[in-house]
Amino acid sequence: MKRIGHYTLETENSPSIISYASIVGKKEFEGPLGNFFDEYTSDSYMGKDSWEKAESEMQTQALRLALDKKELKLNELELILAGDLLNQCISSTFSARSSSIPFLGQYGACSTMSQTLLMAAIMVDCGAVHKAAAVTSSHFCTAERQFRLPLEYGGQRTPTAQWTATGSGCVIVGSGGNIKIKRLCIGKIVDLGINDVANMGAAMAPAAADTLFEFFKDTNTVPSDYDCIFTGDLGLIGSDLLYDLMLKNSINLKPFHKDCGLMIYDLKKQDAHAGGSGCGCSASVLCSFILNEMEKGNLNKVLFCATGALMSPTSSQQGESIPGICHLVELVRL
Amino acid sequence: MKTYTKEEYSKIVKKNSPNSPILKNCFLSFIFGGSICSFGQLLLHIYMNFGLNIGDGRTAVSVSLIFLSAVLTALGLYDKIAKHAGAGTLVPITGFANAMVAPAMEFKSEGLITGLGVKLFVVSGPVLVFGISSSVIYGIILFFFGL
Repeated sequence: MKRIGHYTLETENSPSIISYASIVGKKEFEGPLGNFFDEYTSDSYMGKDSWEKAESEMQTQALRLALDKKELKLNELELILAGDLLNQCISSTFSARSSSIPFLGQYGACSTMSQTLLMAAIMVDCGAVHKAAAVTSSHFCTAERQFRLPLEYGGQRTPTAQWTATGSGCVIVGSGGNIKIKRLCIGKIVDLGINDVANMGAAMAPAAADTLFEFFKDTNTVPSDYDCIFTGDLGLIGSDLLYDLMLKNSINLKPFHKDCGLMIYDLKKQDAHAGGSGCGCSASVLCSFILNEMEKGNLNKVLFCATGALMSPTSSQQGESIPGICHLVELVRL
Repeated sequence: MKTYTKEEYSKIVKKNSPNSPILKNCFLSFIFGGSICSFGQLLLHIYMNFGLNIGDGRTAVSVSLIFLSAVLTALGLYDKIAKHAGAGTLVPITGFANAMVAPAMEFKSEGLITGLGVKLFVVSGPVLVFGISSSVIYGIILFFFGL
């Protein structure tokens, strides 16, 4: 692992993605990416007695699917890096409690997939572990009841609100795979004073712009050097704000950019307002469409930049603004 | 990196963020809210035809609307209607019933006392606190000044 420029890290021993899998809920399955997901469930409880247990089960299944795809055994993993949106990361810890694998819980709100993936890459690159799993999840029902209102409460959403995706994605990082993790950029917390919890895209866009700008500067590259630049869940408003912030720095990002929050739902038909959000959104899009297209050779060089809005109901009620974060992982197909 | 000040960014965000469709929302609230009230009126006539006096009839209407609202909430339909109806389903007594039943359903997974009992008023709590407080203040004013 070496440092390039001020913020960017470059791997030296080619950690790679050796397997991946995704599982989503019904609404996500009915979206434009439906065919790319490995599994879906139409039961929001997944046969359990609470939504929290269901979300935990999704992580367990995503991990199992990823292992089964390449006939790997659970005990081959030397580390699980996992995170979700719930207090104390209960979906992750409860999912891992029967695994007997060393575990590090991660919290980066919706940016957690990038965070777990880059931590796994660093761990594998430095030789600390041979194989690590990066898993995240989110569930519409668990997120709603923790961050907002009871589900059956009859309220209206603003057009800027985003829809927490029900889904989980798991990437197994090791060596020898075709898709290499080449460069990484750990983001800074950026806060431009947005305190509207129904407009998280606006809170996260400056963080995405900052990470991308620093990465391009450190690596001396431009957006056209990549087949596609995927951000986490900026949604409609956040994506436009990101273009604006990049243009201010003379970088035209729009032609090379896609947002996982805009890809997962059909915004015209699916009532998702400004797009999807949640750690499960970027995770399930990465572990379905993005890695699938890379395997097929349709995408060869990709930046995956999940973004997170790091607020809590308490901080919002106390009038605090929403700090944003974005971590970047460069994926290259050999 | 060149970026915006908080003030500049706030203006750009405002420009980029679509507003709620106020006219459409007002129209739908009017239709739904009006329909609920007309339905209440219809119920009142029916109850009075069955021999209730106007006072008991009105009580029976409230009970019926609360019951219907609770049933629709339990069936998972109330929020789907309210998504379009907005204040039309929020303002009448049906909105209050929904605000009680929704948390009751949701938090039963945390137990009857620590879940349901504690969270039952999570939405309607402020309405009760400020509703009761203002009625006390109004009562005091009425007592002393006999408005």
